[in-house]
Amino acid sequence: MVGLEHYLTVAAALFVIGIFGIFLNRKNIIVILMSIELMLLSVNINLVAFSSFLNDLVGQVFTMFVLTVAAAEAAIGLAILVCFFRNRGTIDVEDVNVMKG
Amino acid sequence: MGIADITFYTLAVTLLGAGFLVTIARNPVHSVLWLILTFLSAAGLFVLLGAEFLAMLLIIVYVGAVAVLFLFVVMMLDVDFAALKGEMARHFPIASLVGIVLLMQMALLFGSWQEAEGALSLRQAPTPDLAEMHNTKALGMIIYDQYFLLFQTAGLILLVAMIGALVLTLRHRKDIKRQNVVAQMHRDPAKAMELKDVKPGQGLG
Repeated sequence: MVGLEHYLTVAAALFVIGIFGIFLNRKNIIVILMSIELMLLSVNINLVAFSSFLNDLVGQVFTMFVLTVAAAEAAIGLAILVCFFRNRGTIDVEDVNVMKG
Repeated sequence: MGIADITFYTLAVTLLGAGFLVTIARNPVHSVLWLILTFLSAAGLFVLLGAEFLAMLLIIVYVGAVAVLFLFVVMMLDVDFAALKGEMARHFPIASLVGIVLLMQMALLFGSWQEAEGALSLRQAPTPDLAEMHNTKALGMIIYDQYFLLFQTAGLILLVAMIGALVLTLRHRKDIKRQNVVAQMHRDPAKAMELKDVKPGQGLG
């Protein structure tokens, strides 16, 4: 019988894969953005699993808002990426220090 | 092991395998395709958990919009991905180390975790019985009632994101010829063309 723990394990493993992806593709910002999407997805799986096993719908409502924010973040991130590529001709993240901030 | 268990394990293994391939794929187009498979498996898990509306939302919003957006950007930008991937082997040890440490921390937390005593009495919106109300309707009943302000805020966030993305990527190129609509609309046909009577054997001078 599949219980809450199984879903939590899957979500934790997916979150770790996301972190692993960020560290592995330090230069490629597109894959970094995809890894962030994976981490947000794992958080969503956690929320829905708790919502389902505690019989509380609020978890699913919150998942919807997380989805919204994740979609907005992906759109803005990719727009910044396109802008950066036009100015620099590369998407190497190590070049993102032109402003010396 | 019932059919639900087999489905869960199949979806979970697909999810984790596809997620891992997103991070290590050499070609970013393949990464996006693995990402789509990850989202589809997650949607399957949501269906298993009884969250049908969120599963549909995941497929429509993520597979239909976000993943296609990623694919579009990957294919539009002319990036030398081979050069970016060359560094991957160098980062592999530190990435594995961070991953293993994080996994061990989560395992420690998981070992000591237990549900709180009054967790069931703290529920804000208990799920109605499936015979009484299906998932989508139940979600709608509380989103448009208790969480209306948050729902509107989510819409506002999407609007701001849309305007922001447009402003960031809009550009006026100087080196191309553009149609001047106002000048074109105020053009007078009488002044645009002139008829001249040309005598034979003579030019217009």
